[in-house]
Amino acid sequence: MRKDLILHLSALSVLLLLELLGIFSEYHQGNFARILVLAAYGVGYNILFGYTGLLSLGHALFFSAGLYASGLSIYHLDYEIGQSIILAIGISAFISSLIGFLALRTIGVSFMIVTLMFSQIAYLCILYFGSITRGDEGFVIQQSSRIFFSLDLSNPTIRYYSALLIFSLCIFINLWIAKSSFGRVLVAIRENSDRALMLGYNVQSYKLLSIIISGTISGFAGACYGILFGYVGASFATVSYSIFPLLWVLIGGAGTVLGPLVGAIFMFYLIDYASDITDAYMIIVGVSLLIVTLFARRGLLGELRYRFFKWIP
Amino acid sequence: MKKILKANISRRKLMKGIASVGSIVAMPGFVSYSQAASSSPIKIGFQVHRTGIGAAYGRWYDRTTQAAVKIINDSGGINGRPLEIIAEDDGTDPKRGAEALEKFANQHDCDVAFGTLFSHVVIGSAPRAGELKLPYFVVSEGHHVASGMLNRYTLQPGITDVKSQVQAMAPFVKDNLGKKVTMVYPDFAFGHDHRDYFSAAFESQGGQIIAKVPIPPTESSFSKYFPKIPRDTEVLYHVMVGPAVLTFVKELGEFYGSKGPKLFGFIDSVEAVDLSTPGLEFLDGSYFWEGNPRYAQANQTDHDKFYRNAVGVDSNGASVSDPKDVSTYAHMFGCWETLHIIKKGMEKSGYSGIKDRAKLIEAVESMTSMPLSQAHPQGAKIFNGKTHQTFGHQYITKMTNGKLVLAHTTSIEDTFYPDEVDYTKQSF
Repeated sequence: MRKDLILHLSALSVLLLLELLGIFSEYHQGNFARILVLAAYGVGYNILFGYTGLLSLGHALFFSAGLYASGLSIYHLDYEIGQSIILAIGISAFISSLIGFLALRTIGVSFMIVTLMFSQIAYLCILYFGSITRGDEGFVIQQSSRIFFSLDLSNPTIRYYSALLIFSLCIFINLWIAKSSFGRVLVAIRENSDRALMLGYNVQSYKLLSIIISGTISGFAGACYGILFGYVGASFATVSYSIFPLLWVLIGGAGTVLGPLVGAIFMFYLIDYASDITDAYMIIVGVSLLIVTLFARRGLLGELRYRFFKWIP
Repeated sequence: MKKILKANISRRKLMKGIASVGSIVAMPGFVSYSQAASSSPIKIGFQVHRTGIGAAYGRWYDRTTQAAVKIINDSGGINGRPLEIIAEDDGTDPKRGAEALEKFANQHDCDVAFGTLFSHVVIGSAPRAGELKLPYFVVSEGHHVASGMLNRYTLQPGITDVKSQVQAMAPFVKDNLGKKVTMVYPDFAFGHDHRDYFSAAFESQGGQIIAKVPIPPTESSFSKYFPKIPRDTEVLYHVMVGPAVLTFVKELGEFYGSKGPKLFGFIDSVEAVDLSTPGLEFLDGSYFWEGNPRYAQANQTDHDKFYRNAVGVDSNGASVSDPKDVSTYAHMFGCWETLHIIKKGMEKSGYSGIKDRAKLIEAVESMTSMPLSQAHPQGAKIFNGKTHQTFGHQYITKMTNGKLVLAHTTSIEDTFYPDEVDYTKQSF
């Protein structure tokens, strides 16, 4: 079996065993359920940023597109969970196609700003259509609506397994992309866009496809987040939620499949433990991030790959 | 076993050991430790806005909470057990708020969770409170509790909600200030509650809302919105929240100067703002809703005096140690009162531990009248156990020579509206 496949299956097995063997306390079980869904969002972000080299500051738009598509369809139209997720995937794919088509007319800093602006428009639309979206307050998806094939998704154990399944699905898509010729072209574009063009690749099409895959995975993660945790709100569309996946990817290792998970775990527990030490926990968080940036510039997993395990995808 | 005893421990050694253990147990330190097990603290998870848009409120919510806990502990705690506050920053963010509740319930084994003002944090956290079966006492003002959106584990017994507040203002505004009102409000849910509930109440009184001017939440400059206020406006109803409130009122003053319509505002527009700040002189003569009057009034009760002193607030509503550090006096009393309600509920239900959480909720649900007292320094209240929402007096103050002077106190009945939910029908 391929080494990279063994690595990722092992990582997932560890996450599975932690639950099966009851090693997790209820607290960490809940934390990891949340981290896994957010890491799935990070995986979506990583495809665009880590593999294709396009830095978006507007991914909260895709995450919230999925979150609201599923949430509103359940809240207003009494959709089943499965239907709402399919709808969320469709809408995320459509929106990412549209945004990709428009934003790819720009490059570099302009691309960042354009994606940020689109995301802000989405955020303001959520507030503007408050009678439907309940604006900044958001709304609750009641426990009775969070049943999937008679499984209660608000049950901590079922939620954890669901989160693990969601994350597994996303990283296998990522792994497949990383190993495919399509993924290699994305990396070629990231490394030298002009050269890829010279070699005859339709760079714009590849970039557009990358945005669509990235946005759809992000939307899927958003839909799952709302369903698993029962809340849909405009704060998930703010710029902070575009910065978070960037941080997870940078800390974990851009262009590594497991990097977003490593980054999300690191960030979550850094804040969690730092807030136990002092009220001014953001100072500890800030200094820690500086240290990581200075001494592991490729991210934690990225640094490991660079120094020891070059085969890590 | 016998073999082991025989082999390793002689009878003399065994007797010596028993005597040693006995003497250790008899030592004073050990006895107090044994007792501590039955008088271990009641842990209250305190969700606090330390960072984010609600930080000014969080700072004072924290001080009020610490003061209330000291008073309760000094008077013997709850059922003989001291209170311990486990504070966690929610970042004024719903996701982080929900994580804080998980930490309280699963990491710290808190008995209940409490705190927090901003509605979106409450709404984002409440589903987790229900799943964790953690009683969640909020001090939020939002109508979300009484609207039926949340669950049986979420209660708001210590502060009135925005729907009751604004509808109680309508008769005063119409009878004393004018019949043609323009509303300026933030264009998100909190502002929409003002827009919808005040409009309905004011129009039912025979008044007219002639214009509604929503201001986007990302706005930092407001001058361009003021020309939208019609010239025939008799009363300008304003409410604003967040870090830009001072800019908002200053620009309002620059626009109107000493002229313009009569002003009626929610104190949120100037909460935690020093009213002697240059540029705010134009507010003299204007009226404000206050949940609890910031300035000590001529008819100040002994209970307000006690509460103010305990929290460390001077007669101008600022910190006794820094007159420029103005409190969020209109809201923070909710923390004080809620903690006293938790105490009363735990005593009433004979609360002894986490297994009694449902009993605690039932005990609070059965509460009705809460008279003016040291536990309720803001005023008397009537709690509705079905809707998990309290109702109380509202205060209207007039800015006079730089101070807010009480002009009108509503009755509790002015704030009533029909029930929209019966949480007691929900199972635990």
